[in-house]
Formats: sequence, C-alpha cells, structure tokens
Amino acid sequence: MTEATTHSFLENTGRYKGILAWLTTTDHKRIGLMYLYAMMVFFLVGVVLGEIMRLELFRPGQQYISAQTYNGIFTIHGIIMIFTVVIPGLAVVFGNFVMPLLIGARDVAFPRLNLLSWYLYILGAAIALSSQFMGNGPPDTGWTFYAPYSTQTHTNVVAAVFGAFVLGFSSILTGLNFIVTIHRMRAPGMTFFKMPLFPWSIYATAWIQVLATPIVGITLLMIIAERWLRIGFFDPSLGGDPILYQHLFWIYSHPAVYIMILPAMGVITEIIPTFARKRVFGYKAIALSSLAIAGVGYFVWAHHMFTSGISTTAQWIFSLLTFFVAVPSAIKVFNWVATMYKGSIDVKPPFLYALGFIFLFMIGGLTGLVQGSLATDIHVHDTSFVVAHFHYIIFGGVGFAFFGALHYWYPKMFGRMYNFTRANIAFVFLFVGFNLLYFPQFIIGLMGMPRRYFDYLPQFTLGHQISTVGAWILGIGIIIMLLNLFSKKGAKAPDNPWGGKTLEWTVPSPPPHENFDKLPEITGEPYDFE
Amino acid sequence: MWIFIFTEILLFGGLFLVYAVMRNRYSDEFHQAAHQLNAFIGTLNTVVLLLSSATVAMSITAVQKGEKRKGVMFLFITLVCAGIFLFNKYLEWGHKISIGLYPGSDMMVGLKHGYILFFSLYFFMTGLHLLHLVVGSIILTIILVKVQFGLINSGKYVLLENGGLYWHLVDMIWIFLFPLLYLIT
Repeated sequence: MTEATTHSFLENTGRYKGILAWLTTTDHKRIGLMYLYAMMVFFLVGVVLGEIMRLELFRPGQQYISAQTYNGIFTIHGIIMIFTVVIPGLAVVFGNFVMPLLIGARDVAFPRLNLLSWYLYILGAAIALSSQFMGNGPPDTGWTFYAPYSTQTHTNVVAAVFGAFVLGFSSILTGLNFIVTIHRMRAPGMTFFKMPLFPWSIYATAWIQVLATPIVGITLLMIIAERWLRIGFFDPSLGGDPILYQHLFWIYSHPAVYIMILPAMGVITEIIPTFARKRVFGYKAIALSSLAIAGVGYFVWAHHMFTSGISTTAQWIFSLLTFFVAVPSAIKVFNWVATMYKGSIDVKPPFLYALGFIFLFMIGGLTGLVQGSLATDIHVHDTSFVVAHFHYIIFGGVGFAFFGALHYWYPKMFGRMYNFTRANIAFVFLFVGFNLLYFPQFIIGLMGMPRRYFDYLPQFTLGHQISTVGAWILGIGIIIMLLNLFSKKGAKAPDNPWGGKTLEWTVPSPPPHENFDKLPEITGEPYDFE
Repeated sequence: MWIFIFTEILLFGGLFLVYAVMRNRYSDEFHQAAHQLNAFIGTLNTVVLLLSSATVAMSITAVQKGEKRKGVMFLFITLVCAGIFLFNKYLEWGHKISIGLYPGSDMMVGLKHGYILFFSLYFFMTGLHLLHLVVGSIILTIILVKVQFGLINSGKYVLLENGGLYWHLVDMIWIFLFPLLYLIT
C-alpha cells in the first residue's frame, strides 16, 4: 500500500487543513462532493421557490404575492433548477466521483481544470442569483429569456444571462475533461465495449456539453448586446427577428435536456443489474442508444416552436424527428425491464428509486409524444400540460435517478450506511407527493390552464389544490430523505454493500486518495453475475 | 485544447449562422454596406495574422530544437503582429465611431434594416474576435516569459504548442470573417 492509498480521501494529507484543503483540492472525489453540497443548497432554494408558487396557486385570485413577484419566482426557479441543478446534475456529482473509479483511473485527465470548473459553477450561480437583489428587480422573462421581452424589460436580465453564460463554461470544461479521461485513462484491457454503461452515458453527455453549450453562450451574449448596444439581431424595428432567438436558444436547450437525462439513464443501468443480480440485457444497445439520443437530439429543437409561425414543412420535419428520438429511449426501457426478467430481485432503496424512475420517465416520455405530434401540440402548447410533462421527465426522471444514485453510492462516498426503512418511507412520500403534484397539471392543462400564470379560472381550482397538497407531501419526503442521509452517522460501510460487480466496489469505502493500489487489468465483461 | 477549439468554433458558429440568415434576407443591402469597409486594411490585417501564425509555428520548432533565443524572437514577432492588427482595428473602428456609425447610434438606427444588421454583425463579430486576439496575446506573452526563463524548453513545451494552437484559431476565425465582411462587394 502506498501513502496515497492508506488514507481515505476524506482525510487531509496535503499542506492545507480544514476547508482550505477542500477548496484547493484537485481530487475528483472531493470535487464531486463539493458539487453535491452546493447543488443540494441550490436545489433546496429551488424547491422553496416552487412551494411558494404552489401556495399562491392554491386558490384563484391573489393571496400572498403579486403577479410581478410570481413571474420573478418562476423565472429564478427555472434558472436555478435548470442551470445549477439538472444540467450539471448527475454528471458533475457522480460523473466526477464515480466515473474514474468505474474505468479504473486514478483521477480525471485534467484535475486542475476540474477544480476550475467547480469555481466557475459557484461563480456563475452567484452571478445568476445576484439578479434577484440588484437594482431593477428580479428578471421576469422565464428561464427561456425570449426576445423581444428579454431585450426590453427593465428587470435584471443581464445578470441572470451572464450567470448562465459562466455556468455554460463550467459545463464545457467538465465535458472536455470527461471526454479526454474516457479516451485516455481507461484501465489496461478495458476497451470501449468493456466499459460499464455509466461512463458510456457520461461520454455521450460530455460530447453534447462540448458541442451544444457554445451556441447558447453566444446567444446569451447577443441578448446582452441587444440590451446594451441595440445590436438589432432580434429587433424587427432594426431588421432583426425574434424567432431567430428562439432557434438559437433551442438549438442548445434541446440537446441540454439530453445532458440532463443521459447520465440519469446511465445510473439506472448501473443500479438495475446489481439489484437483479443479472448482467445487463443488451449492453451494446444501451451503449449505442446513448450515442443515438445524443446525435438525433440535435435535430429536434424546433418542436419547442410549433406555434411560433414556422413553416408547415419545418413543423412536420421536426415532428417526425421528435418521434425518432423517442426510439433509443424506449430501447433502454426495454433493456432495463429485460434485465430484471428472471433476475433475483433485491428491493433496496436504490432499486426503488430506479423503479420509480422507469414509471415516471415513461409517463413523461409518452406525454412528450403528445407534444411532438403537431395537432395535439397546438392544443397543449404553453399550458400546464407542458409543465407536467417536463417535470415528469426532469424531476421524475433525472431527479429520482439522482436520489437513486445518491442512495447507491452513498456508502462508497461517505463510508457509512443509512437506515433502509426511513429511506423507503421517504421514497413513498416522494413518489406519492410527486404524482399528486404533477398529474393534475396534465388534466387542467388539457382543460386549458395556461403555464406561467399566477391566477386562473375557477374550474381549475380542484386540480391546483390537489397539486399543492402533493407539493407539501413531496416536501416532507425530501426532508425525510435528507435527514436520513445527512443527520446521523450510520454504521460503517463495507467495500461492497450491494454485491456490485463494477470497479468502484473493489476499493474501500470511502476510497483512498488515488483510488487503486494497483491499476486493475480488465479481462472480462462488466456486470458478470452468473 | 483541440476540443476547446471546437467549442470556440461553435461559439463563432452561432454568429455565422445569424450572418447567413440575415444576409439571405437582405442580400443587396449587405452587398452595398460592405463598400463602407476598407478592404485594403482588411487585407493588411489578414496578411499580418497569417504571418503571426507562421512565426508562432516557427517559435515552436525553435524551442523543440532547443534554440531559446530564436523561440523568444519569433514569439515576439507574433506579438508585434498582434499589435499591428490591434492598431489597424483601432483605426477602422475609430473612423466609424467618429462618423457616428456604431451600434445603437442615432445614425445607425436611421439606416435601412440590412445596413443596420450588417454593421451590427461587423462590430459584434470583429469585437468578439478582438477579445480572443487580446486573450491569445496575453497567453502568448506569458508563454514568451516562460520560454525566456527556461520553464518551457525542448523537453517540456506542451504549453507553447497549446498556445500556438489557440493563436491559429484566432487567425482562422479572422480568415472566415474577412471575406464575409470585406469581400462581398
């Protein structure tokens, strides 16, 4: 055993002590945890903002906040959740912590760049949040910043937009780091097709981060240029076109949702074989479908714009492509279920979250097809049907996968176990609360309830009230889950509490500083349960 | 660095997309507005940047061969070229601003739409390029100092190569900007 492998990464061995040892670290495991802690804070802020909205929507008419405040709240709720929680999401927390372990590496390719990515993340979030407290008031444009309103409103659009720009750089550098890591630092003998499927998903995600994020970067700079310099690209009075903004924005923001979901799907693909004690069904299909989702996902962006005045030709082309991109996701669902078939199921908390994911993601995915289909989209566009759809995918999908990953790798990350009963109770609250919160929104959306509206007609009241009660139950579930995981130290965790077959379970919990005594030599396939 | 360069290309790519859309819409006005740009200075700038790309490549070869003085000299010439480019840009922009032609000015707002968009794109694209040129110059200056102090040498020159690569990107972006803005008359 070397010096670097006798101490767990949680102990300080360098020049610095205390918090400075963390703020100057280049260890991917510490950086992963720093992302986790920051992200949890941002997530909870976003949850509180959501709860405030649900409280106001409990009854029609104005109760607690003004319409302007409501608009500011849904804007910053979106900015925080999208740019600081789900886009960085599983990639920066678990991609950083676990991916190098899964490929048998000691760290990522560029550890100092990794730390810079974290600092950019914090800086970007701080700049975006500063928009709430400065001069002319929080932005009220929605997280989508559509021109012409975003170029004309007096609220603090520039701060929010520039914060998103800085966060984009954090994302680009992380993606760059992960691509090089996966190409160059796999353990000897681990070919691409012997690599576990979570790194595959991180790989596909990293390419999207690198190729799509710059487009939104330049688009956000154009918004700033419109506001400060009257540059005119989106201003019809100067010859520009607001629809151009929508195209540029969605060319990134659609691939962005695949940045969100691919690592989540990767985690589910790790959890299911472990708790079904069976090798993954259709390994190559899952690996290649990740790349297919990443690829085809570049060509569907205008399905966010069906009602914006684009030509009929454009509409049906994008609709067709949207139906195509659903196929690789469906392939994954078939493979997950087939993995479980005739397996030896062990229902531990991570597996519960994986099951929850499959159910909620399916609902989200199928309702996406309702919107991908032109005629029905005209009816549901900009209603709360859309809000329900994307929350099922992002929160039910990415969110539950995140919780699942947290419960799966928690023993490895912290060296401790947690109480399973309380974890299961938290899951029940989360699952029931989630469905009560969002399912009624499909229904009232179909009935005509618009999105981003602070008030509504009386016929939507029952749906809103069920939804708000669901939000409270969900909130309780979050509290139970977090208290269970973070309030008391549990029993010491063994190296391999779940009987997993991938490389992270061959090192101690928590891992030592440089992960492996000796870099492993890979001969077999991953997930080789009998 | 190559991956980072792809992201920079995509960043400018968004602007090229806007250019393509707007030029398609206002092709005559773009064609006429381009007359306002000084093709001679533009060509001079292009030659200067191409030269600077050559000299930075030469400095990499020199350092690889252990010839420190030549390495430093070629980097210095590269930076001088960057300075010439900056000076030319100052002349061009200064002229336009002095006649009231800049984004948001009263004169600009009164022009025909195609003209406004052409000049907006001109200022935005050359401005963003200028920013990258300045950043690249700072990076090359740091590298020059490191070569001078032997921190970059024939055994260890990755930073120099990456800096040179970034400089080639700055040059290449200009090579695309130049015909699209100056030569469409």
